Amino acid sequence: MCPVSDTKSVQLTKDAGDSGTPGATERPKRTRVPRSVEARIQSILGIVLVLVALALPLYLENAFLVMGLSVMAAAVGAIGLNLLSGVTGQLSLAHAFFIAIGTYGYAYFSGSPGGVATAYGGLELPPPLGAAMAVVLAGLAGLAFSPIASRLSGIYLGVASLSLVFLGQHLLFNWESVTGGANGRSVPTFSLFGFPFANPAVGDTQITILNVPLMRNELLWYLFLAVLIIGYLFARNLLRGRPGRALQMIRDKQTAAAVMGVNVRRYKASAFVVSSMYAGAAGVLLGLLLRVPTPGSFGLILSVTYLAMIVIGGLGSIPGAVVGAAFVAATPLLLNLYSDFFPFLAEPGSGGVDSGTLAKYLYGGAVVVVLLLEPGGVAALGRRLLFSVTGTTRRQKVRAAAPVTSPAAETGEPLESEPSAGSVDTHSTGSLGSPADSNAVAPPQHPDRGTDPSTEGNRRP
Amino acid sequence: MSFFLELLINGLSVGAVYALIALGFVIIFKATEVINFAHGSLLLLGGYTISELTPETNFYFALLVGLTVTAIGALFIERILSLRIRTADANTLAIMTIGFDVVLTAELVRRIGVDPRSLVDPWAAQTRSIFGVTIPLTRLVAIGAAVVLLTAFFLAFKYTTWGVAMRASAEDAEAATLMGIRRGRVAAVAWIIAGLLACIAVVFLVAFPTPGLDGSVIPVALKAFPAAILGGLDSTAGALVGGLIVGVAEQLTLGYSSDLAFLGRGFAEVMPYVIMIIVLLIKPSGLFGTRDVSRV
Repeated sequence: MCPVSDTKSVQLTKDAGDSGTPGATERPKRTRVPRSVEARIQSILGIVLVLVALALPLYLENAFLVMGLSVMAAAVGAIGLNLLSGVTGQLSLAHAFFIAIGTYGYAYFSGSPGGVATAYGGLELPPPLGAAMAVVLAGLAGLAFSPIASRLSGIYLGVASLSLVFLGQHLLFNWESVTGGANGRSVPTFSLFGFPFANPAVGDTQITILNVPLMRNELLWYLFLAVLIIGYLFARNLLRGRPGRALQMIRDKQTAAAVMGVNVRRYKASAFVVSSMYAGAAGVLLGLLLRVPTPGSFGLILSVTYLAMIVIGGLGSIPGAVVGAAFVAATPLLLNLYSDFFPFLAEPGSGGVDSGTLAKYLYGGAVVVVLLLEPGGVAALGRRLLFSVTGTTRRQKVRAAAPVTSPAAETGEPLESEPSAGSVDTHSTGSLGSPADSNAVAPPQHPDRGTDPSTEGNRRP
Repeated sequence: MSFFLELLINGLSVGAVYALIALGFVIIFKATEVINFAHGSLLLLGGYTISELTPETNFYFALLVGLTVTAIGALFIERILSLRIRTADANTLAIMTIGFDVVLTAELVRRIGVDPRSLVDPWAAQTRSIFGVTIPLTRLVAIGAAVVLLTAFFLAFKYTTWGVAMRASAEDAEAATLMGIRRGRVAAVAWIIAGLLACIAVVFLVAFPTPGLDGSVIPVALKAFPAAILGGLDSTAGALVGGLIVGVAEQLTLGYSSDLAFLGRGFAEVMPYVIMIIVLLIKPSGLFGTRDVSRV
C-alpha cells in the first residue's frame, strides 16, 4: 500500500465521474494526467486575460499603451530571469547586460548607419532576422559566461555576475561604432513581411479595428503580446518537463541532482543560455519601446528591478514573473500619471519625494516584505486564493477519494462528489477495503506540500 | 619611476579603504552567510550623517555620530534578516539586502541632492611629499587608519572571546551553538563592526582629491565586492589582499590610461571586475577562500 496507488484512485474515480456511471467502471479507461479544478480555472483565467489584452489597445489612451508595452517587455525578461534565479537558484545580477545585448544587437543588425555627434554603423538586415540574431547573440554571450557561472557555487555567482553589468556599461559607452556611445543610437522600426510597425505614412492604407486606427503603439502592443505569450508558454512547458525538474533539483540539492544523473554543469549552462535569450528578446522589445536607448538605461539598477520583479511575483513561478513585472514596471508610470492625486509627491529634481523615488521605496520595500512574510510571493498568495475559492486543498481531495472515512459529499467538491465509494474499491488494491486502513494511508502523502516547488525551495531548513 | 611610485602609494591607499569595506562583507558572510548588498547604502548613510553635521560641529564628533548611526542601521538590517535566517537560503537573504539597499539608497540620494557634499575633514587639501612624490594627506591618513583598524581587528579576531566565538560559529555553526555560543549575538556584533568599518571607509572615499559625497560613491563602494571575492569570501586575510590588489590595479590602470587607450575610456572602473573574473576562472573560491567541497 503506497501513496502512488492512492493518487491513482483519485484519477480513476474522476474518470468514473466523467463517464457518469459511478460504480460501473470495471474497465479503467486510459486517462491523461488529471486536471484539477484549479488547473482549469487557471487556464480559463489565462484565456480571459489574453482576450482582454487583445482588446485593450482599442480602448486605452497612449500613456497606458506605453505602460502596457513596458510591462510586457519587462515580463519577457522577468520570465527569463526567473528560469535562472527562481527555478535553478542561480542568483544573477547580469540580466541588464544581456538585455543590453538584445537592444543594441537588434539596433546594429537591422539599423542603418547614422549618428550626429558620434557616427555608428548598422547592417540593415530585415528586422525579424536582426531581432532573431540579437536573441541568439545574447544566448551566445550567456554561453560564453557559463564556464564561470557553472563553476561558481551559489552566492559567488551573484557577485561575479555584477562584473558583467560593469563590463557591459564600459562597452556601451566605448564601442561607439555599434552603440553610439553616450548619446545612444536609434533603433529601427520593426517590420514583418514589409509591413511596418509604425504610424502609417500619409496616403498609406490604415488598418482599423472597430473604427480604431492602429497606430505605432497599438501595433507594437500586438507584437509584444505575441512575444510574451510565446515566451510564457515555452517557459511553462520547459518547467513541466524533464529539464524543469532537473533545474529545480539543482536548486534544491545540487549534489543529489548530480547523483540522480543530472548533468549539473550542462543544465546550469543551459539555464544561463535560455535566460540570456529571454533577456535578449526583452532587450529587442525594450529597444523598440525606447527608440533611442542610451547606455545609462542598462545599469545595475535595471538588474535589480528585474530581481525585484521575480521576488515579488514569486521565485520560480512563471505567472508570478508576469505579475511582478506588471507591478514593478507600471508603478513609476502610474505614479507619474496620477501625481496630481498624490499631493505629497514633489516635482522630479526638487529634492522632495518624486514619483521615481516613491516607486523605488515601493518595490524595494515590497521585496523585503514579501521575503519576510510570504517567500512564495504573489504566486503563493494566488495559489492560496485559488484553493480557497475552490474550497479544497489537494490533501482534502485525496481524502475525499478514499472511501467511507471522508465521504465526498462532506467537502461539497463537485468532482469528488460524483464517484461512489464502490468505484474506488474496485480499482484499488484490496487493502483499501477497511476504513481504518485507508485512513492510515491518506495523510502521510501531503500532496499539497509537494505540488509547490517554488515555495519549497525557500523553506529549506 | 616617481610617477609609478605615486600611483603605487595612491593604489595602496585606495586599496586599504577597499580592504576595510571588503572586510565588512567578509565578517558578515562568515558570521551569517549573508552577502550584504546593502553595504554601499550603509556607507552612504554614514557619509550623509557626517555631512549633515560637519558644517556646524567638530568633524570628530560628526564622525562619532556617523559611526553610531551606521552601526544602528546595520543592526536594524541584521535584526530584520534574523527573522528569516533559519529558514531562508543564502540567495533569499542576499535579495532581501538588495531590497534594503534600493530603499535606503533612494532616500539618501534624494536627500543629498545633485551637488557633491564635502565632509569637511581636518586634512582638507593638504599634501605631503615622501620619497620625492607628492601625495594628498588624506591618502596617507587612510593608509594609517586602515593599518590601525585592520591590526586591531585581526588581534581581536584572534584573541578576544568574540573573535573566538565568531571563528567557531563560522567553522561549524551547530557545534558552536551547542557549546553555548550565542549566534545571534555574534551575528549582531559582526554587522555592527561591518557598519563601523563602512563608515570609516566612506570618509576616505569621498575626501580630497575626489569631488565629494554623492550617489556615485555606491559604485565605488561596490568595488569592494571584487576585492572580497577575489580574496575569498570567507577569508579575512583575503579581504585585505584583495582590497590592495584591486586598489593598486585600479590606480595603475588610471595612471597609464593613455597607454591603455585601446581598452577605451574609463577602463580603470572595470579593472577590478576583470581581475575578479580572471581569478575566479583559475580559482573558483578566490585566492584564500575555502574550497566548496560536497560530500555524498
